Amino acid sequence: MSESAQVVGMGVAAPSGLSVEDHWAAVLAGRTSIGPVTGFDASGYPVRLAGQIRDFDAEAHLPKRLLPQSDRVTRLALVTAATALAGADVADGDLDSFDQGVVFANAQGGSAFTHREFRKLWTKGPAEVSVYESFAWFYAVNTGQVSIRHGMRGPCGALVAEQAGGLDAISLARRRIREGARLMVTGGFDSAFDPWGFLAQSAHGRLSRAADPRRAYRPFDRAVNGYVPGEGGAVLVLEAGSSARRRDAPSHGEIAGHAATFDPRPGSGRPSTLRRAIELAMADAGVSTVDVVFADSAGVPELDRIEAAAIEDVFGRRGVPVTAPKAGFGRLGAGGGPVDVLTALLSIRDSVIPPTPHTTDVPDDYGLDLVLDAPRHQRVETALVLARGYGGFNSALVVRGNAKEGQDG
Amino acid sequence: MSKLTIEELFQALVESAGEAETGVTPSDSLDVPFADIGYDSLALMETAARITQRTGVTVDDQQLIEAETPRQLLDLLNTAMSGQP
Repeated sequence: MSESAQVVGMGVAAPSGLSVEDHWAAVLAGRTSIGPVTGFDASGYPVRLAGQIRDFDAEAHLPKRLLPQSDRVTRLALVTAATALAGADVADGDLDSFDQGVVFANAQGGSAFTHREFRKLWTKGPAEVSVYESFAWFYAVNTGQVSIRHGMRGPCGALVAEQAGGLDAISLARRRIREGARLMVTGGFDSAFDPWGFLAQSAHGRLSRAADPRRAYRPFDRAVNGYVPGEGGAVLVLEAGSSARRRDAPSHGEIAGHAATFDPRPGSGRPSTLRRAIELAMADAGVSTVDVVFADSAGVPELDRIEAAAIEDVFGRRGVPVTAPKAGFGRLGAGGGPVDVLTALLSIRDSVIPPTPHTTDVPDDYGLDLVLDAPRHQRVETALVLARGYGGFNSALVVRGNAKEGQDG
Repeated sequence: MSKLTIEELFQALVESAGEAETGVTPSDSLDVPFADIGYDSLALMETAARITQRTGVTVDDQQLIEAETPRQLLDLLNTAMSGQP
């Protein structure tokens, strides 16, 4: 029997909150954490709103040596990983450093850092550019910095698949545990609210141009008009089931199944493979249904329709509660999936499904049982989390509470 | 050009690469390896680049990363400075 991947620690840094309980309270209340873009003058951009993290004080939480060499996204990852590891209660020396690894997803690199250095390059010359630009820009830098800081010398990796990457990273970490790693730090982060990073995010035209934070991102609503981009992510500390049992570590739940598929090229006439990802993930988890779906919630009419159809095809018309807490704080790129996984584990813990803020009018032919304006109290043992990345990436991940641990392998 | 002091070197290190927070003070660091003070070769390169900006003095990257202690780095920088016109 292969090792299970138990979630023994969690941390989050999102517009909804900088701690697990603050995030959970905001999500349950359906709070709006979307507002006008700050940090630079965005008045010339067609997009006005974003889900940005307020009150993040990296200086208060990180060694001073890490500050000159890290972008905001890396600081978010470092601080959140430290919190998650503290929660996992893994003392130094408990585990061999080669049995511990890190896999993070990131899609936008160290955006603000890089573009500040590029500005120096073009205006002052190459000698002015920080040597730390050599790695601070890179998608793998969050993985590297966390592995160095916590002395994790086992399997490490970095995945880039836009919003889908965060779930893929958790799945890869689970695979590393099955291959023998004892502890894996995983998740994903993105942050790109500098003049170039925001322009790059705006370019594909899927962002909402609305000015009202309560009407800008309404996934599955008849009046949907794009999504609001956000920043942040989450960290999950996965531990091999046998290792967690040996040291009596409490588990928040298990990463039970996963699958990733890729869509046919645009214009091919062939359908999206999202449904196939859902079916494969559930087969991997050994489940025939789930208690809730955390939807990808693209906020683009044709993509919402594709996702609604995939869910209806698998679960039947209004056959499963569906929710999209991210409507309250935006799509976080590589961080979006891990935040949803963390939220799903809290759903399991507290037997409540959080609502989908802002969405009110779901077309009947979507066949969705979308949890709208209030939390729904019900038992939750398994949750399906979906994420799609720009360019055709589909990812589906199943988490399961401890009540059923061991039953399905 | 006046010689660079250990205090000035420390100040440049902190400004360029961040305070090491290892408790080593400038006055007793002259012969302590940079690794023990809390700085790696990238930190030295970044610091040297900022010193170059301020003073115009340049040092070879290879020689730079071979400097193991503040005394060796100061010697390198001050020798380069004395060679300046």
